[in-house]
Amino acid sequence: MKKEFPRDLEDEAIYILREAAAQFERPAILFSGGKDSITLVRLAQKAFYPGKIPFPLLHIDTGHNFPETIVFRDWLVQTTGVDMIVGYVQEDIDAGRVTEEKGKFASRNTLQTVTLLRMIEEQKFDACLGGARRDEEKARAKERIFSVRDEFGQWDAKNQRPELFDFLNGRIKPGENVRVFPISNWTELDVWNYIREEELAIPSIYFTHEREVVVRDGVLWPISDFIYRDADEEVVRKNVRFRTVGDMSCTAALASEANTLDTIIDEIISATLSERGTRLDDKRAEAAMELRKVSGYF
Amino acid sequence: MEVLRIATAGSVDDGKSTLIGRLLYETNSITTDKLEAIHKASQRKGIDFVDLSLLTDGLIAEREQGITIDVAHIYFQTPRRKFIIADSPGHVEYTRNMITGASHADVSVILVDARHGILEQTHRHYYIAHLLQIPQVIVCVNKMDLIGYEEEKFRAIEQKFTEFAGKIKSQKQQIQFIPISSLYGQNITTRSDKMNWFKGSSLLDVLESLEVHPNESHAQARFPVQYIIRPRTDQYHDFRGYAGRVASGYFKEGDAVTILPSQRTSTINKIYQYDQAIPHANTKQSVVITLTDDVDVSRGDMIVKTGEEPTLLKELQADLCWLNNEPMTGSKTYLLQSGTSLSKAKITGVDFIKIPSTLEQVSATTIKMNEIARVKIKTAKSIPADAYDNNPSNGSFILIDEYSNNTVAVGFVS
Repeated sequence: MKKEFPRDLEDEAIYILREAAAQFERPAILFSGGKDSITLVRLAQKAFYPGKIPFPLLHIDTGHNFPETIVFRDWLVQTTGVDMIVGYVQEDIDAGRVTEEKGKFASRNTLQTVTLLRMIEEQKFDACLGGARRDEEKARAKERIFSVRDEFGQWDAKNQRPELFDFLNGRIKPGENVRVFPISNWTELDVWNYIREEELAIPSIYFTHEREVVVRDGVLWPISDFIYRDADEEVVRKNVRFRTVGDMSCTAALASEANTLDTIIDEIISATLSERGTRLDDKRAEAAMELRKVSGYF
Repeated sequence: MEVLRIATAGSVDDGKSTLIGRLLYETNSITTDKLEAIHKASQRKGIDFVDLSLLTDGLIAEREQGITIDVAHIYFQTPRRKFIIADSPGHVEYTRNMITGASHADVSVILVDARHGILEQTHRHYYIAHLLQIPQVIVCVNKMDLIGYEEEKFRAIEQKFTEFAGKIKSQKQQIQFIPISSLYGQNITTRSDKMNWFKGSSLLDVLESLEVHPNESHAQARFPVQYIIRPRTDQYHDFRGYAGRVASGYFKEGDAVTILPSQRTSTINKIYQYDQAIPHANTKQSVVITLTDDVDVSRGDMIVKTGEEPTLLKELQADLCWLNNEPMTGSKTYLLQSGTSLSKAKITGVDFIKIPSTLEQVSATTIKMNEIARVKIKTAKSIPADAYDNNPSNGSFILIDEYSNNTVAVGFVS
């Protein structure tokens, strides 16, 4: 397999970013610190150069972050000069708007939807740009590039606005908002080839490092204060890396020795496990992603 | 690396899912966990084979009913190209989704069951490929295994298809026929050893060698302005750039250009891609153009090469496919979007409704969902559109309902 990024996809993504800037009054880029949102920031720099990126970044902070991601986030804000707004899931927990899950598989992943919707309302965002891709998951494969959400952030999968040719219709009523996905047509491999060709910086946890994990149902769970551990579960030290970056409580590690972008790409090309195979939030049910999207997840 | 966009239409019975599954499988594009997941889901549904449609039917409602409702996007890559498949439902009530899927396509793959030959829906699938002027059509005659890989039956289907397509086919469109068996992987990624009488290439070989958007590259230059970049910083105090994606043709530094609809003229000073000035911008490239004069240009305007201006239209004739539950209302004002320009518009007359499968023209006063009609439209602003036949990327438009904000129709300028 050739390690070459198809430039057509960059032109398409820049076109989508410019449509978002032109059609909405107050868009924001959803920024998780993962490779896809890092790619979005780069594309936004290119789309509006020599102007500044005309929208802020919005980070929904679950409080269960990998510390490396937060270090990276703060570095990126400093070097690019882009504005950053943070919404804290903890605030919604403290205010009693959401209740924390309990037990062995507890995660704050589903709670962040409430914080996202609160931030959209408080900040009056009419569009949120996300790094979701259609190849990630089968419900996402059905998503539009401009995905209209109602006042409650809900996705009406069976009744989506038709999207023909290059026309992106972002007209909405007050209270509604649009999720915009500029890299819809990129695959995981495209993102990595782009990061490689553009020489983008990424958080260190994407590369191999030694970490304490427990092996649970064949999956490597990173040890942190945020996961519950049975007394009989043995902690082992392994060389691992992360293929996706979500919460510490829902992102599993991958045994890997890949320490460069080239070796990461080789690993992905020969992988027999899909990208979201390490995401425990998707494993809850066959339609886990669709159900979360229906309730306002991006 | 190039991207080729493919549209497929059909129902599960055609073996469409099996064909896509085969392409993914033989190009190593399905990971083990995804295969295992659909294997388990197939077992739960009580079927004794791996149902590859579960790979693409991403919604709960689709899996429940065993049908494809909306377009799914599927990605795979070979060392030569990246492919995007828009997998669309094939039934008449989803014509609008078929058109949506096909609107992005460089090539349309039409499946025909070798046992049943050309059906009513084959006519409809081809009609859509014709309406959208998709430059390449590949007719895959599937399930050749069930007719003993016989050449005669394949040739009969080929002849019948060529006959009815010939009535409407444009010269620019190419149609190819490939006998395949998706189930046994014959002529999918490698040439079949069961059909030595067939001298053509396998489906994947053909897909890897087709030219990508030939019609747009050879058409006249069109640049719909999306966004104005004015940094107003000390360093770029007087910078004023017009951001957009070249719809067709190409532009280069020094080109004499005309701004539409104002018809003011200027010259291209520089073309930028991020921080690099580039000598020319090709079809589909997203760039920023600066002009030598300080003329008035805003979103919705179009930059074209002087001498290649399209006619400015306020009254136009078009083929329209209605996409919304609520039928067309004659006296109502809609918003017409062509390129990045928006204008109020009214449908002033319906000439006829076309029945895609028989090519019959039926008179009507309204247009219902999934119907295709020839109409007359009046717009408030002048629209710099081309005839769709001459330049597909500047010959289509959408209609938006001002009240619901929905995209209710797609049109093709005659």
